[in-house]
Amino acid sequence: MKAEGVNAFFGKTQALKGVSLDVPENQVVAVIGPSGCGKSTFLRCLNRMHEVAGGSRVGSILLDGENIDDIDPVNLRRRVGMVFQKPNPFPTMSVFDNVAAGLKLNGTRDRGKLAEVVERSLRQAALWDEVKDSLQKSGVSLSGGQQQRLCIARTLAVDPEVILMDEPASALDPISTAKIEELIFQLKSSYTVVIVTHNMQQAARVSDMTGFFYMGNLIEYDVTKKIFTAPSMKQTEDYVTGRFG
Amino acid sequence: MSAAFVYRWRKAKNLAMTGLSLLSVGAALVPLFLIFFYTLSQGIGALNLDFFIHMPKPVGETGGGMANAIVGTGILILIGSAFGLPIGILAGIYLAEYGHTAFGAVTRFMTDVMSGIPSIVVGVVAYILVVLPMGHFSALAGGVALGLLMIPTVTRTTEEMIKLVPDSYREAALALGIQRWRATLRVILPAALKGITTGVLLAIARAAGETAPLLFTSLGNRFWSTDVTQPIAALTVFAYDYSKSPFEDWIRQSWAAAFVLILLIFVVNVLFRIVTRGRFAAER
Repeated sequence: MKAEGVNAFFGKTQALKGVSLDVPENQVVAVIGPSGCGKSTFLRCLNRMHEVAGGSRVGSILLDGENIDDIDPVNLRRRVGMVFQKPNPFPTMSVFDNVAAGLKLNGTRDRGKLAEVVERSLRQAALWDEVKDSLQKSGVSLSGGQQQRLCIARTLAVDPEVILMDEPASALDPISTAKIEELIFQLKSSYTVVIVTHNMQQAARVSDMTGFFYMGNLIEYDVTKKIFTAPSMKQTEDYVTGRFG
Repeated sequence: MSAAFVYRWRKAKNLAMTGLSLLSVGAALVPLFLIFFYTLSQGIGALNLDFFIHMPKPVGETGGGMANAIVGTGILILIGSAFGLPIGILAGIYLAEYGHTAFGAVTRFMTDVMSGIPSIVVGVVAYILVVLPMGHFSALAGGVALGLLMIPTVTRTTEEMIKLVPDSYREAALALGIQRWRATLRVILPAALKGITTGVLLAIARAAGETAPLLFTSLGNRFWSTDVTQPIAALTVFAYDYSKSPFEDWIRQSWAAAFVLILLIFVVNVLFRIVTRGRFAAER
């Protein structure tokens, strides 16, 4: 995906100022920065959820060279999936139905196909072994970490090209966090991942490229190792070394 | 003031407030039980199997039942629900999901106005809309009147319950590439179902207890009829008619009718709860 000169607004307030960023295929891009710097807004621009929340955007974003404004938002969101900060499995559905939701609610009826996709997605999300005997249990009966992996499985089930993650582990305990990070590492081979995180160590552990945002501006975007060991901008260095944040 | 004293004072206040709340609960429940037992005690003489399976006897004769009225009330509620519930629920969904416009505000206001209209006026509307074109009274007209009465309650409750569903589910559904209307129907609506059921029950309870709008729409019928294009009996109308009579037997039957009505609402309530519990648990 490629962002070119993206400016995002919430009414009159400008949340993003001229952000240009290239997301290479099959890589993990981390977006870091202090609270309110626009990282979540940027993420939501990538799958046009920003406009659902009442925001507006100027500047183009491309998916595989195609301008996302020219693609039907519903189709776009099937190609660019999103995992949210707080796990949100659908409360009235079982584990199976949750994972199958993206397909079922778009018309797929074939039970065999659904079962196949559900198993594949749950395996990819490293949750299959834990739930394979209780697929009919309510989605909200799982633990926090399991729920988040369920949401990841749900996103994977529609077979997206890009997966956006908005602080996916910030609401979870350290063990679940470690599982999720390991998951992201494995997903890299088949998907492209953009992850927003306020945890710098997580960004350093998990990503290939890192972008540092501050007050709506993209201050620096480079290979992760470089950002954390030898950043070119002083602001980046100050943030990464913890002088502010 | 010593710390121990302050502590004991706070504990006493807490106890007093808890006691007051419990008392209030009692005060709210007392009328319910009073009505229940009073109607039962007054009508118990007439409450026997005959009451439920027999037709009313001619004037002057004792005995007889209200089988036709019980069935009639049931049919009227069914027609009213078939007419009022879909409109109310869909309107509620619209207002909650798409109603942040001027049109939505106007609709909301008109719904509130509608809920305040006296039921006899609604009966007149149904008279104009259904009875006049048809040329005679009918259960259909009565059903339409009851449906119109149900719409405001169902709409507002549905709207409130859907608004209560957290946005996170809407976002999750949209982010999966699910179309908005599908997300609303298959994700949001089930999550709000328990609350919507309460609204539906309230509406049905209100409609079942109405007498005035039925007086000139379904009229009432001394004979057995399940034909929706003809006048039909109703428990409320019967209770009204019989209570004005000079016959003690009929007055007792009128009390019995009132009691059966209350029982009916109670049973419908319990059944609904049993059916929708567990299927659509939106807790957590």
